[in-house]
Amino acid sequence: MSVEFTIDGKKVTGEEGNTVIDVAFANGLDIPHLCYHKDLEPFGGCRICVVEVEKGNRRRLVVSCVYPVEEDIKVETNNERIRNVRKTLIELMLARAPSSPKLLELANEYGAERNRFPVEPNNCILCGLCVRYCDEIKGKNAVGYVGRGTSRRIIFFPENAGEEAQECMKCQECFNLCPTGVMPSNFGIYTLAHFRLK
Amino acid sequence: MLKNAEDLEKLRNELLKDKKKEQTQIAVCSGTGCRANASEKVVAAFRQGLQDLGMEDEVELKNTGCHGFCEQGPIAVILPQDICYLRVKEENVEEILEKTVRDGEVIEELLFEDEGTKEKIIEESKIPFYKNQERILLAENRKLDPKNIDDYIAHGGYRALSKVLQEMTPEEVMDQVDKANLRGRGGGGFPAGKKFRTTAQAPGEPKYVIVNADEGDPGAYMDRSILEGNPHRVLEGLIIGAYAIGSSQGFVYVRQEYPLALENLTIALEQAREKGFLGGNILDSGFNFDVAIHRGAGAFVSGESSALMTAIEGWVGEPRPKYIRTAVSGIHGKPSNLNNVETWANIPLIMDKGVDWFLNIGTENNPGTKILSLVGNVRNTGLVEIAMGTSLRQLIYDIGGGIPGDKKFKAVQTGGPSGGCIPTQYLDEPIDFDNLSRIGSMMGSGGMIVMDEETCMVDVARYFLNFLKEESCGKCTPCREGIKQMLDILDKISQGKGEEGHVELLQELGDFVEEASLCALGTTAPYPVLSTIKYFQDEYEAHIKEKECPAGVCKELIAYVIDEKLCTGCALCRKNCPSDAIAGEPKETHTVIQGKCIKCGICLEVCPPRFAAVKKEKAGKKVLVEEGGN
Repeated sequence: MSVEFTIDGKKVTGEEGNTVIDVAFANGLDIPHLCYHKDLEPFGGCRICVVEVEKGNRRRLVVSCVYPVEEDIKVETNNERIRNVRKTLIELMLARAPSSPKLLELANEYGAERNRFPVEPNNCILCGLCVRYCDEIKGKNAVGYVGRGTSRRIIFFPENAGEEAQECMKCQECFNLCPTGVMPSNFGIYTLAHFRLK
Repeated sequence: MLKNAEDLEKLRNELLKDKKKEQTQIAVCSGTGCRANASEKVVAAFRQGLQDLGMEDEVELKNTGCHGFCEQGPIAVILPQDICYLRVKEENVEEILEKTVRDGEVIEELLFEDEGTKEKIIEESKIPFYKNQERILLAENRKLDPKNIDDYIAHGGYRALSKVLQEMTPEEVMDQVDKANLRGRGGGGFPAGKKFRTTAQAPGEPKYVIVNADEGDPGAYMDRSILEGNPHRVLEGLIIGAYAIGSSQGFVYVRQEYPLALENLTIALEQAREKGFLGGNILDSGFNFDVAIHRGAGAFVSGESSALMTAIEGWVGEPRPKYIRTAVSGIHGKPSNLNNVETWANIPLIMDKGVDWFLNIGTENNPGTKILSLVGNVRNTGLVEIAMGTSLRQLIYDIGGGIPGDKKFKAVQTGGPSGGCIPTQYLDEPIDFDNLSRIGSMMGSGGMIVMDEETCMVDVARYFLNFLKEESCGKCTPCREGIKQMLDILDKISQGKGEEGHVELLQELGDFVEEASLCALGTTAPYPVLSTIKYFQDEYEAHIKEKECPAGVCKELIAYVIDEKLCTGCALCRKNCPSDAIAGEPKETHTVIQGKCIKCGICLEVCPPRFAAVKKEKAGKKVLVEEGGN
């Protein structure tokens, strides 16, 4: 069933079950995104694709990579409230991945300060693209999370990465997905530590 | 196996006939709190003592769940006289049996003593802590042996279920829950009847019903005590709910850290199955239903509905970013009705005693009672059940007995780690879902932490935010990174490194985390900070501008000093100091070497009151700078 609504005043049509971001992209509109991937299950983690939805007389912020389209909603993708949230998100992420070209580009666009918060880099913003891609597309689960909260990080699982990480050596498809570009070096450090040094 | 409603009534009548009417009963609390104070030894001593005196047949010894007055445990109540003995030890048992149970004499030393009037109170029902409550759920704990389903049945248990299955349609059950205006006791206060209907009407089979017993707020244990003390009450509510919603499979999600609740619940499920309250064709109604226990793996966030359901599916307990409610799409994408322990426990009471009875308790928009865990700087700590609308003052002063040590009340923190701190000016506000939200806090699951004037509000905010930082799952950026940044700023403030603008930055980040986070853990996480700034901004300013902790709590901002005019050189402080930070020969004035001091406060504690030479300096940073000790 098709659903009609507006994005930034423009009339758009999507299918029931579509997310706002999918319909926006299909209509040539852009919404910034980091953890979104068209072939993966919505994650809703980075929050950068936040938009404002007006439904009836209620307005609220939602993330467009998860929010399902609804008849007659009014979506705004770039007002001041949204820009403020995106700015703080970028500033927080820059404290973790200060040299990510993608984040720096976004910082430029949203006027985010590079050093607003003390930099404690690990070059990972935990968008989970590598983990989800390896699970959902490759079916290998060679990359996964350990820990929770601020201690959460991404590791390779030796039992799935293959002997001497052969599986990962062959694939490397997550390397280009990584928005901070840290994946190749993560993998390098990992293989050194777990295979070659043994 | 009970085949139908008549069987149940027959069993109940037999059970009641067996009970000798005037039989003496000793109810000993065996909840987790009393167990920690060796109540099991007390029970064993009673059992042995009764045997020795040959009184096993005349006296019924009952191992019950939590009575509520945990601070005074172990508790033993002698019935029918209602004599309440507190802090009972193994060695008191012989005397209790011989004097009270056999000869009818009261033992003064074991009675409650009113701190103000010094009056001894014999009956449980006259002790102010109990007298001022409205105990509809908790009162049952004292009457029941939670490991014995017959005891529950004899007290009217499963009568509501039998009535519902025989006389009511699912629609009628939902209608009653609607009319009773039962609001979710887990914190949000969402109408339970409305939630029932959402799941009942949502497309998809099977439908699930779930008990949320992932209680994890620091200092709160109401759900634990109900599950431990009265598991069948919860189970009966769940079965009734399942019937109304049209569910054949239920779950109880219990924390692994609640071993006694797990034990009693497991026994309850087995016994309910044996009796035929679970399984196929329950009481000949054609209704089939069973329940499985899911043990939590220690994540606070799993109390959030979508995270809890992810965990039941077997994944790591992490919230899902769905804009569709779990009541519509929950476990495996099927309609799943999740309610808190206390909400489920209220259902059979409403079905049994009627909607009007329920509406008569509490206030118009908040009928019924709420169980609270009253802890902190208050004389009587424990589990309390109040009629909604009772004021904070009644709770803290009439039931709680006020603040110990003649100190002043400062604030009460309500609603768990994401709740807010309510200051003195709101003491007369009634406790209910809407009102607590209105004054910047929340009901949450019912934690009430009372704080006196020696509590530092920056430190309080830091404590709760640290808890939430540790419990954040790390999935979304605002919660994971935002809380961390807020906590780092609070750390700086409490260490005297706060800067101008920090309060504003905390407010800005707080609003941001609230607005942008994925689940309720994140969206409510800033409340402890925002509410303490709202009501106690001057304390933040004192830390930042004066480098002073007005309550004398933040270690980096206080200093212990010895008044040379008062010190006689008794050397007690020097001997007890764990970090060798006190210098001075015996009989000569002692001094604190600030650079070595770890601010443990032992010197202040051991300094004899007749000298009172050790003092806590609140503007400690100044002392340190002057003495060059830091």
